[in-house]
Amino acid sequence: MKALNSKNWQYFLGPLSKDNPVVVQILGICSALAVTAQLKPAFVMTMSVVVVTAFANLIMSLLRKGVPGRIRIIVQLVVIAFLVILVDQVLKAYVYDVSKQLSVYVGLIITNCILMGRVEAFALGNKPWPAFIDGVANGVGYGIILLMLGFVRELFGSGSLWGVRIVPEAWYIQNGGWYANNGLMMLPPMALILVGVIIWVHRSSNKDLIEK
Amino acid sequence: MESLNIFIKSIFIDNMVFAYFFGMCSYIAVSKSVKTANGLGLAVIFVMTMTVPLNWLLNEYILKPGALQWISDTLGGIDLSFLSFIIFIAVIASFVQLVEMVVEKFAPGLYNQLGIFLPLIAVNCAIMGASLFMQERAYPDLGQATAFGVGSGIGWWLAIVMMAAIREKIEYSEVPAPLKGPGIAFIITGLMGIAFMSFLGIQL
Repeated sequence: MKALNSKNWQYFLGPLSKDNPVVVQILGICSALAVTAQLKPAFVMTMSVVVVTAFANLIMSLLRKGVPGRIRIIVQLVVIAFLVILVDQVLKAYVYDVSKQLSVYVGLIITNCILMGRVEAFALGNKPWPAFIDGVANGVGYGIILLMLGFVRELFGSGSLWGVRIVPEAWYIQNGGWYANNGLMMLPPMALILVGVIIWVHRSSNKDLIEK
Repeated sequence: MESLNIFIKSIFIDNMVFAYFFGMCSYIAVSKSVKTANGLGLAVIFVMTMTVPLNWLLNEYILKPGALQWISDTLGGIDLSFLSFIIFIAVIASFVQLVEMVVEKFAPGLYNQLGIFLPLIAVNCAIMGASLFMQERAYPDLGQATAFGVGSGIGWWLAIVMMAAIREKIEYSEVPAPLKGPGIAFIITGLMGIAFMSFLGIQL
């Protein structure tokens, strides 16, 4: 079996747009909204979720024949919680400030519905390698939306990207200019409205996703 | 008094849905009719009321740095807080399982109403989120932790029932086709969130 034959390639491309976990499957919204006021935490969160989804899918796919159906939810939660603890400890060790900013949302990767959703829907019925690809792809698909939100919210909300100033200081009203940050962008409700707009744009270009 | 303050605050100001986006997945998926939304909301209130105080006790006496002092002084230096994710989720998952079995045995009518929602609750991030916030904010006693658990549950129930009521009405409106379903639900939630911001600064 080739590592990336056409079927596996489809598993990878699907979640990036047509089958995106956030805007199409409506999974994993909580963290997608909460961590995107700035680009950097959004990126760190993306990487954490990619790692956890990929390995959770891989491990559950390896275990799929040995786990009885009745207790599978508990087993999944234990596997996921174990991976999340690893990620959390790594974040605390290497990017402590971002880890503080993400606060409880790292722990909430455990209950991120993308994980349970993909393990239940894909990993339990597929071989380890496709399951791993599916995990990575769903993590990346989730990340694309996170980075889009982070980009818009940080650029318009605080005039910077990745902490680097984009809008010149001299433009601001308090410095005699004409520009003011859109404070609403930093507030939680605006993230919800932006996701609504992304869904609108996404469905306008993918007509078959429109609900009757 | 402080407990009452936390209770009111967690319903209106720090609302689980509008301020922290907890439990959005089931919030969007199950808010199509008021009846089912009400069922899920009540189940969330119940589970949160039970798991937050339970996890508070575990955190206070086992997990947090120095918590094992009550056994002996030599154990006082142990910090088990890295285990909190796995302990909290185990408590939640087993509690949900327990509730499911008890309800199935003793109240089959209620079970049929709630049945499908109970397993969903184990992975509702609002429940886990409430326990994690309880740990992060370090409520000093059981009363405040309980007030926080009940208040958060009621806040979530309020949000999902309101949302379901609006979505039942919006069925008859002319929404642009690509926005139908989740799209418009997100935008409405955003507007409701802005409305809830008017509660900011209420202090008892």
